Parts: sequence; structure tokens; C-alpha cells
Amino acid sequence: MPSRANLASVWALMRKATNEVVRVPGAAIPGILAPTIFMLGLTSVFGKLTLLPGFATDEYMTFILPVSLMQGAGFTGAATGVNLARDIELGWFDRLILAPPPRWVLLTGTVLSASLRALMPITVLLIVGFAFGVNFPGVGGLALAVLLSCAFAATAASWGVMLALRFKTQSAAPLMQAGIFMAVLFTASYAPLELLTGWLHDVAEINPVTQIIDAVRQGFIGNVTWGDTLPGLAALAGLLGLLYGLALRGLHRVGA
Amino acid sequence: MSGLAADLRVIAALGRRAVNQAFRRPQFLAPIVVFPTLFLAVNTGGAGRAIDLPSFPHVHGFLDFQLAGSMVQSTMLAGVSAGISLALDIEIGFIDRLIAAPVRRSVIVLGRLVATMVLGALSALWFLTVGLIFGAHIQGGVPGFLLVVLLVALCAAAFGSVGAALALKSGKASVVQGIFPLVFVVLFLSSAYFPRDLLLQPAETIAQWNPMSFIAEGIREPIAFGMDTGHTLKALLGIGIVGAIGAALSSWALRARLRSG
Repeated sequence: MPSRANLASVWALMRKATNEVVRVPGAAIPGILAPTIFMLGLTSVFGKLTLLPGFATDEYMTFILPVSLMQGAGFTGAATGVNLARDIELGWFDRLILAPPPRWVLLTGTVLSASLRALMPITVLLIVGFAFGVNFPGVGGLALAVLLSCAFAATAASWGVMLALRFKTQSAAPLMQAGIFMAVLFTASYAPLELLTGWLHDVAEINPVTQIIDAVRQGFIGNVTWGDTLPGLAALAGLLGLLYGLALRGLHRVGA
Repeated sequence: MSGLAADLRVIAALGRRAVNQAFRRPQFLAPIVVFPTLFLAVNTGGAGRAIDLPSFPHVHGFLDFQLAGSMVQSTMLAGVSAGISLALDIEIGFIDRLIAAPVRRSVIVLGRLVATMVLGALSALWFLTVGLIFGAHIQGGVPGFLLVVLLVALCAAAFGSVGAALALKSGKASVVQGIFPLVFVVLFLSSAYFPRDLLLQPAETIAQWNPMSFIAEGIREPIAFGMDTGHTLKALLGIGIVGAIGAALSSWALRARLRSG
């Protein structure tokens, strides 16, 4: 059971991460800009794919927006790993690890800060998407999309933290970002699963992030159902549990 | 030793240093190779059925069509990476020491551009090899293969000059890094990834005038359709436009930097 002091430590770490955004707002811009550009750009380029028989919607941006939400949340999470690597390089992490809170508290505060920060790209993407005519998924669908995206940011942050603790250098940043890139895009991201070709179809079928994207996407292209929601929640819980566990193991090994 | 020979030696030394730098730091190589390759994989598998669209040009496969886009993306990112490296050299004072050395100032930038050109050629070889392994056909045969490598190398140098101009003007790696997203704006508003006629508006109209479309189509032609002088000349025109802008801006930024001391 987390004590009041532990919760206060988690909150302090989340506030530290949000302070960085407030004090260096320019640093947050690429994380917001990149998924927005991808959403608008991919719609411009691949928009006519909706003419293919079997496409789930006739508005490509409606189809791609959930992918951009995951991308924005994922890259925000990966940035948490890069920031931790920077803190390790600068020596701030050494001081943090000597602090009284248990290590799971330090990790929880760090990964939850990613969920909080992910609200920025998520909000911008939704505003831009709705401005360009994306279908409104209903209050329930919207809440589910935001919740799953924020939880995915925590998952990506666990991945980033795990790598930061392993490599202890910002040079590992491309690995953190490439992992998220593959996890999100090696799914039914550009087209429904049955329209994917070659190896991508096979990879997307077994990639758990496909289930998460389907759960985020359902409200935008149809109705929210338990049948689409539960596999997404299960996949997300499994991924988060696994990566959080690995990151925590890495954290326990520091100084051991 | 003549002045020209001395300049060439300095260019070669600086170029070799820059290529080594790229291979030693994964954060410089990843944007040139890793991300465009991943993007190629996703585009090909995700949008591969696009060749079934009624007005899609007849090609052997979508991979053949996509290779040019990936190479152009790689060269643009190579240009930005070159700019970041140059800016880092400015930040650590390396460029100041070169300026104080008895070498022509333009040689400092040319060394970096030669390295970017080499990285561009290596990137072309990488993508063509990956393409051939995964079943792409090069309709232009060996001459087409060589033409693609040449065009991609020149394209990398042209974008390297734009990156160098940004680095010389700002002197900060973070500023040059900030233009990464703009690379994708330029790419998405061109025919790098999809035929012009199948883009949505306003991208379709902008792509008609975007030099990137000329370059991408010139690189694509020998791969997907066969040798065509018209497309090659248009690609060279596009590269010339980008290179001329980059060279003019670099020259102006270098002069401004020297004036400000």
C-alpha cells in the first residue's frame, strides 16, 4: 500500500517533469509538431487509399488520427528515457537514487510524468483532427482514446527508462525512438489488417499494439464495444507490466 | 604544393573526419539509415495495395515506387545531420581553429559537403541493396543503378549545403535539429511517396512546383520505369535549385559569421 510520503514523492517527480515543459517550452514543440505533421502529411499522401475496397472509413484522417495519438504519446514516453539518460550523464540521477523514497516510487513518478506530458500532443492532435473534419467518437470513445494513449505513454516511458539505465547515455535515444516507431507503425496503422501486404500483415497480427490501436480507433470509425476494448486493455496491461518490471529491475541493479 | 592541391587535401581530411564522426555516433547515422528504412518498410507493407488504385502508374511493385522516396528522405536528413555536426563543431570551437588556420574558408564547408555526398552515395547503395533483396527490380539496369547513386549523392550535397547554411547562421545544434519536422513537410508536399495525381489537395498542387518532386521522380524513373533523359534533367534542375540556394545562404552566413568575429 503506497504511503502518503510515497504518493507525495510520485507527485513531486511528475511536477518536476511538467516544470521542464513550462520552463523550456521549446523542448516540447518537436514532440507535438512531429505527430501533427505526420497526421496531416500521411493524410495528404495516402488519403486515396480509402478508395480501396474493404477500407473501414472514407475519411483517411479519421483512420490515422488514433495512430498519431499513439505516436505522440509514444514519443513523449521515449523522451522521458532520453531525459533520464541526460540526468544520468549530468549526475542528477546519482543524487536522486540516494533519496529516501523506494525505487518503485522513483520509477512510478517518472513514467506517470510521461502520461501527464502526453496530454499536450494528444490535445493538439485532437483539436487539429476535429478542425479538419475527423469524426467525433462520442464522449466515451474520446475518454477511452485519451486514457489508452496516456497509458501507452507510460509504457513507452518504461521502455525508455529501461534503455537509459542499460546504456546510461543519450546516444541510446535513436534506439528508444526506433522501438516506439516500430511498435506503433508495424500494426494496422496505415490500412485495415486485411489490406496490409507481405510480412507487415503477419507482424501486425501478432503485435500487441495493433489491439491497442484498434481499441483507440473504434470510436472514431464506429461504435465502442467491449469486444474491441478488452483486447486493447489486456495488451496494454501486459506491455506496461512487462516493461515497467524490466525498468524496475534495471533501477534495482543501479549501485547494487 | 599548388593551392588547389592543398585545398583538396584539406577537403579530403575534413570529409574523412566527418564520415568517421557519422559512423561513430549512432544519433547521426540513425536518421540517415534507420528511420528511412523503417519508414520504407511501413509504407511498403501498409500502403502496398495502392498499386490497385485505378490511376496508379503500372509498376512491378510498390517497393520499386517507394525506394526513391526513402532515398530522398535519407538525403534530406543527411543534410540536417551534416548541419548539426557543423554546428557542434562551431559550439566546441573547432571551426574557430580552422578559420585561424591557413586554409581557404570555403574549404571548411566543402569538406563537410563531400562527407555528406559520400554518406548520400552509401545511403543509395543501402536502399538499392535492400530493395533488390526484397524483390525490387531496377528497370534501368546497371546504368540506372549508377545514375541513382549519382543523383542521390548530389542531392545529399545540395541538402548538406542548406544544413551548413543553418549551422553557420545559428551556430547552435539545437536550432538545426529543430528543422527535422520541416523535412517531412517538404516530403509530404511532394511526389516522393505517392504519384502526384493521387495526392489530396492542396498537396497535389504544391507538389507540381516542389523541386523535391522533380528530384524524387528523377531518382524513381531508372528504378521503376527505365532510363529517361527528361526526368534526369528535371532531377538535376531540382538538385541545382536546392544546391544554389544552399550555397548562396552558406556563403552569406559564413561571411556574416566572419564579420561578427
